[in-house]
Amino acid sequence: MRTLAYFLIGLFFGIVLFKSEAASWFRIYEMFQFDAFHMYGIIGSAITIGVIGIQLIKRFNIKSFFGERIDFAPKEKGIRRYLFGGILFGLGWALAGACPGPIFTLLGAGFFPILVVLLSAVLGTYLYGLLKDKLPH
Amino acid sequence: MEILLKPWPWYIAGPLLALTMFLLIMLGKRFGMSSNLRTLCTLCGAGRHSDFFKFDWKSQRWNLVVVAGVVLGGFIGSNLLSSDTSVAINPNTVVKLQALGFESAGTTYLPKELFDVEVFSDVKGIILLILGGLFVGFGARYAGGCTSGHAISGLSNLQLPSLIAVIGFFIGGLFTVHVLFTLIF
Repeated sequence: MRTLAYFLIGLFFGIVLFKSEAASWFRIYEMFQFDAFHMYGIIGSAITIGVIGIQLIKRFNIKSFFGERIDFAPKEKGIRRYLFGGILFGLGWALAGACPGPIFTLLGAGFFPILVVLLSAVLGTYLYGLLKDKLPH
Repeated sequence: MEILLKPWPWYIAGPLLALTMFLLIMLGKRFGMSSNLRTLCTLCGAGRHSDFFKFDWKSQRWNLVVVAGVVLGGFIGSNLLSSDTSVAINPNTVVKLQALGFESAGTTYLPKELFDVEVFSDVKGIILLILGGLFVGFGARYAGGCTSGHAISGLSNLQLPSLIAVIGFFIGGLFTVHVLFTLIF
């Protein structure tokens, strides 16, 4: 039952990514050229609603569907890992025109060269795991 | 139905992305796509080479199920819910892209120059896709999250580390588009 719920949420997310064109390389390029409001509108409205919703969950101590307490673990403090990691991610995001969610969407949409991006992203994650202790965090 | 088949505007898509995050939160989970890449490494046996991949992958099985849904969602969005998948980007952007050699700008969902199967016989195109993927995977794990985990989930929870990461995403992205692209294409 829960598994079906996760699958349907993913299905919904995948459709939204495709139909909003957030999975389009062109939209990412256009965003980094500041030529359109589209991507900023998507991310900005999602965050605005997200901030309000999370505040409501915290204030009114809203429980999960299963009646459990909802905890929001704060991200570990730090600057370097977020800045350096973020920059590297951004370089790849603009080049491949896809972040991890859209990579899977595009695979389903039948753009097979995205498999190269997916396998390289898995390899990149693996390389991070190997080099983790040598990097500034 | 007609309106469903057209591209969805930002003021519909943004709230629906927030809904995706809230549905996962209400199920006791967190919205984050790039952690699946780590799980895939663990499934491939990467735990033999680094402790970073030694964790019980079954605890992340739910997220792999989400990803399986995302793949089918891409299929449905593309094949059943679209009458025309060309992306109507700003005409100025089309001009800039054509100057770089992207003839397909404005007429397709993804640039043919990088995502047509013919790219498999184009060394430069393949190298760019490989580099893009490597940086996405490495950077996401180094930063501890990607667009879903930091930009949407993290900023929604007013996390300063996520703001730093998102600023980093933009420094990197702007550098690629404004500097690297003029050198590569």
